[in-house]
Amino acid sequence: MKRMLLLLTLAGVAVLMAWGFHQAIYVAPTEATMGDVQRIFYYHVPNAMLSFLFFAISFVSSILFLAWRRSAPERAQAADAWALASAEVGVVFCSVVLITGPLWARPVWGIWWTWDARLTTTLILWLIYVSYLLLRRFADGAQMQALAAVLSVFGALDVPIVYMANRWWRTQHPAPVFGGGPDSGIKDPRMLAAFGWNVLAWAVWGLMLLAFRVHVERRQQKIRQKQTVAALAGK
Amino acid sequence: MTEASAEASEDVAGVDAPEVDVTGVETAGWFALVGTHLQKDLRIEWRSREAIQSMLFFALLVVVLFSMAFDPTAAASREIAGGVLCVATLFASVSVLNQAWTREIRHDVLDALRLTPADRSAIFVAKVLANFLFVTVVQVLLGPVFFIFYNLRPLGNGWLLLAVVPLGTWALVANGTFFAALSIRSRNRELLLPLILFPIFLPALLAMVLAVKTVLTGDGSDPHLLWLKMLAGYDIIFMTVSLLLFDTVLQAE
Repeated sequence: MKRMLLLLTLAGVAVLMAWGFHQAIYVAPTEATMGDVQRIFYYHVPNAMLSFLFFAISFVSSILFLAWRRSAPERAQAADAWALASAEVGVVFCSVVLITGPLWARPVWGIWWTWDARLTTTLILWLIYVSYLLLRRFADGAQMQALAAVLSVFGALDVPIVYMANRWWRTQHPAPVFGGGPDSGIKDPRMLAAFGWNVLAWAVWGLMLLAFRVHVERRQQKIRQKQTVAALAGK
Repeated sequence: MTEASAEASEDVAGVDAPEVDVTGVETAGWFALVGTHLQKDLRIEWRSREAIQSMLFFALLVVVLFSMAFDPTAAASREIAGGVLCVATLFASVSVLNQAWTREIRHDVLDALRLTPADRSAIFVAKVLANFLFVTVVQVLLGPVFFIFYNLRPLGNGWLLLAVVPLGTWALVANGTFFAALSIRSRNRELLLPLILFPIFLPALLAMVLAVKTVLTGDGSDPHLLWLKMLAGYDIIFMTVSLLLFDTVLQAE
């Protein structure tokens, strides 16, 4: 039964991703000035939005871990698993953003990369969360969990800066498509649909990944706990 | 307790007799605590001169290395000098920031500090102040050498450097002290500090480099001192978060 549900979920996500791909590549009209290259937008922007979502989950979980770590250790462990898993998924999404960005920039700007505020702050965000994952490898035990949670709070400080970068500064990165000025927003309904389907598909995919990762991490925590108890009992 | 031993214990406690409350636990004001910790760090440094000497020599090496590697002309050196100064300070201070806390681990001083009923933020602020003083001394000594080696003459308002450099140094030292306290708990602590500190410090580095560059080239690209304000904002935000979270880092078990 459990296996069936799992397979159904996987199949559903695969169908949704394929539908999103179909919408982005075949249904949405070709953009007037940039041509087919613009279709990267349907991947780049949803991934960027979702990486913010996952870093936010990591931030909230880290705060919860710090709050619960003395009073409710079991809940704190769950929060730690969420913090780690969402940081990992967030780094994956942020990597997709950093890869698709230059792929689009090369034909449109003529350069792969420029050090403008949006690009630089996004790269810094990626670096901070990679250092978070490194910290989790370099230290262990409950102590590492607390230290990692602290670092995650620092990383979260960078998220609003990235979000505001192309609103505060005049960047080479395009102005915000949504929530920018009165002129922003997608006008063509088919483009908007393709964008919406891709946000949904990538969100479902990312959340599924997150759920699996949390599940695995919880099991690993339990294994470690058992090992510790066994070691203390001298077996 | 005899009178003599009471006198002796008061001597040990320090010149300023701490207030004794009803429970018998000695409490001292926050500023007195910062002062005591700072005095201790400065005295250790005065006797050993480890931190300043090693930083000074290291930063000098970096300045020479960059000069050899790029062989800049006068115009080009104005452009890159700010960056070289910041990076030299950054690399030099990382080794010392590690030392600042490893010193406390020897003889379990850090555990003793954690057992005291004092406010933990005082320990942190004192450490930051001490490291800030060390780095500033290095910068003051290195500054003239730097200007000579790179044939610099600020074309903009040179006095602004007196605001830019301390603010940037504060950003580096406050974060560095915080993350050094964080990374001493890990297995390979010496390696971890730069890995965590550099990404966090990057925004401040960027602001500092661009502010110094504006002063040296005098190109008037930043009439509203935007980078300076950004640096100040960064200092305030990160110092606040560090103060809030330092207790968690110190008590992480």
